[in-house]
Amino acid sequence: MFPASRYSCQARRCVRLLQKIKTEHATPQLYTTLHRRACSTVSTPRITTHYTIHPRDKDPRWEGVEMERFADEADVVIVGGGPAGLAAAIRLKQLANKHEKELRVCLVEKAPQIGAHTLSGACLEPSALTELIPDWKERGAPLNTPVTEDVFSILTEKYRIPVPMMPGLPMQNHGNYIVRMGNLVRWLGEQAEEVGVELYPGYAAAEVLFHEDGSVKGIATNDVGIAKDGSPKDIFERGMELHAKVTLFGEGCHGHLAKQLYKKFNLRENCEPQTYAIGLKEVGLDYTNPYLSPFREFQRWKHHPFVAPTLEGGQRIAYGARALNEGGFQSVPKLTFPGGLLIGCSPGFMNVPKIKGTHTAMKSGMLAAEAIFPKLTAETLDSETAGLHVPEYAENLKNSWVWKELYAVRNIRPSFHNYFGLYGGMIYTGIFYWIFRGKEPWTLKHCGTDANQLKPAKECTPIEYPKPDGKISFDLLSSVALSGTNHEGDQPPHLTLKDDSIPVARNLGIYDGPEQRFCPAGVYEYVPLDTGDGMRLQINAQNCVHCKTCDIKDPSQNINWVVPEGGGGPAYNGM
Amino acid sequence: KCPRVSPVVTLCYCFVSPQIRVKPDNTGVVTDGVKHSMNPFCEIAVEEAVKLKEKKLIKEVVAVSCGPQQSQETIRTALAMGADRGIHVDVSGKDYENLGPLQVSKILAALAKQEDAQLILLGKQAIDDDCNQTGQMTAALLDWPQGTFASEVSLEGDKINLVREIDGGLEHIKINTPAVITADLRLNTPRYATLPNIMKAKKKKIATVKPADLGVDLTSRLEVLKVEEPPQREAGMKVETVEDLVVKLKEAGRV
Repeated sequence: MFPASRYSCQARRCVRLLQKIKTEHATPQLYTTLHRRACSTVSTPRITTHYTIHPRDKDPRWEGVEMERFADEADVVIVGGGPAGLAAAIRLKQLANKHEKELRVCLVEKAPQIGAHTLSGACLEPSALTELIPDWKERGAPLNTPVTEDVFSILTEKYRIPVPMMPGLPMQNHGNYIVRMGNLVRWLGEQAEEVGVELYPGYAAAEVLFHEDGSVKGIATNDVGIAKDGSPKDIFERGMELHAKVTLFGEGCHGHLAKQLYKKFNLRENCEPQTYAIGLKEVGLDYTNPYLSPFREFQRWKHHPFVAPTLEGGQRIAYGARALNEGGFQSVPKLTFPGGLLIGCSPGFMNVPKIKGTHTAMKSGMLAAEAIFPKLTAETLDSETAGLHVPEYAENLKNSWVWKELYAVRNIRPSFHNYFGLYGGMIYTGIFYWIFRGKEPWTLKHCGTDANQLKPAKECTPIEYPKPDGKISFDLLSSVALSGTNHEGDQPPHLTLKDDSIPVARNLGIYDGPEQRFCPAGVYEYVPLDTGDGMRLQINAQNCVHCKTCDIKDPSQNINWVVPEGGGGPAYNGM
Repeated sequence: KCPRVSPVVTLCYCFVSPQIRVKPDNTGVVTDGVKHSMNPFCEIAVEEAVKLKEKKLIKEVVAVSCGPQQSQETIRTALAMGADRGIHVDVSGKDYENLGPLQVSKILAALAKQEDAQLILLGKQAIDDDCNQTGQMTAALLDWPQGTFASEVSLEGDKINLVREIDGGLEHIKINTPAVITADLRLNTPRYATLPNIMKAKKKKIATVKPADLGVDLTSRLEVLKVEEPPQREAGMKVETVEDLVVKLKEAGRV
């Protein structure tokens, strides 16, 4: 009758916030910031130099630079080497090898090695993996830790209320495995190479290419050798164009190319906006207080008397962060468009109460492959547009267990969130999911985008977080160092602003600069101007761990994350 | 008129990761799953070789790497940068753990003779072990002149003009060929291995050989006794007067 401990994290946070409101006062540093924000009347120094905001064809520094791109043809191009992309690639080649057809499948991935940008809890439900590679055990898949016991609790300030785990609840993990997702993805990469997929890690897809009829033609990889101020370096090289009959976009949660595709093909007109969480084990992103820092909440959580004993004596060896989608059924967009389709966490198939999205992501990749294959290998290419449109993928997905699963749990999260609160949500889940298996005829809505949830700073209270103790909780910068993140220093910052003046005017002015707090890597800092009066936003792009939280949570929606030079980013080792 | 110089460029396949942990049994560091790629100084060496070929001063660039299967990727990157073909010396398992500069230099010396190379270009040191020995040992085994820490290289007939970065400044030397050169940071800026070149590089040949085929004995003369993390930095102490400082220093046995 009780929900996942996830909800208890949110609940506890809410309870704590309510309690703290009575006792807290802001630290002096915050007061100075509040005071200073009224004083910035100086003109804005230039922050964004990326060519997506400042086009190069009008830039005199780029006159005479060779901009022609080498192009190559494949049958299918897959953007993103995560579980969905790799599952799709493997399935396509399995079908091709089985039917003895030649199929060129190319996969591009921004991480320097497959798995280096993968981060997840992760408790894997092996259903999709078993469908894809039935003999995964013999092949040495790194699923080594079967779940033996589930413990669920609601955590209060100092105590915990244990919650019975009943069979049939989504959180039950019988038959699942605790995995290091990065290692699993690396193993999937090896399987993909074995069946003949062409993998290109270290090359990021930076641009979607279109035919004249508007259908997707393929992608172009990122240019290299652009200096920080946006001018070309001696070693400048254009990216390469990869053309395909159909392109699969599996960029993971909140992909930057997917963002463009939503606009171009209007894929989100009939679904709700996606809502997200940030995975630091996990803090929901629809919070309202701009003073909240997910990283510091996480540090505080580790000190809870129920959690701390498990961590004591241990050594922090890694750190990472990534956004995940929590919108579920209500937020799935239109999945196909001429020339391409969306797979995995990019459209978002995570089962929120189960906190699992990998199995559905992989299944979506496999369904995509199975829908595309007959069309690609048919005698005549039956398509109105130059790029293949494969609406069968969406139909197959709606008829699969992925859809049934997402439909059954669709009301659980909204019931906590918008309607009934913690206890009401628990009762709702108990009645409508556990007993009625999600068959109620109505679908509850979400509250809108995460970016719109923030209240202005003056309506909220700053939160005073305890100092890290260096044993269980830590400071941000030493944690970021552990993520191994690095980018070529001399390149335009890939966290671009549509308007350089908005951060100080709006984000700092109204919301006290929430990006300083929600970024888990310390990318955004408001520093005083050299002239002394007023502040400016400093973007430490090299720290970025590619989590996409800023693009999601920026209340002005001014930050646009684009892909940096391929190979840059975190260097997770089997996370 | 281009001399018949066929250089061999050797590459280090080493781990490039900011976070290294010592293995629990203290026998070494954890390498499993750690990001490996081409040693940055070797990238500079490859770039120099490719530049020499583009100037038509040398005929062919051969990229060599010693290590397990994955080191072939490093060779592919060199091929994508412009090397003509690759040689992968297959060393894995226990042999790979014991592979040190002496073993690698023996392998390179054997290959140089086999390939009739006139020039061997290496990075000055690997960033995982920082040994700075392979180039020098290779030259000694072959009895060839060496130009180490090169920041400028130019060919003049059958001699090489080199500028070396040394503690005192810059040293200009002239050496005969055949020779061994090790690249330092300021020699050049390596080009990117672009995706079209990586794809073309798949068609270039990489030959695999075993050290035994070259007649090289890989036994190590070194035994690693223990690997430890550096000691935790201890807190400092504040003292009020100079006398206090002297007392504390004497207590700590430093004076």
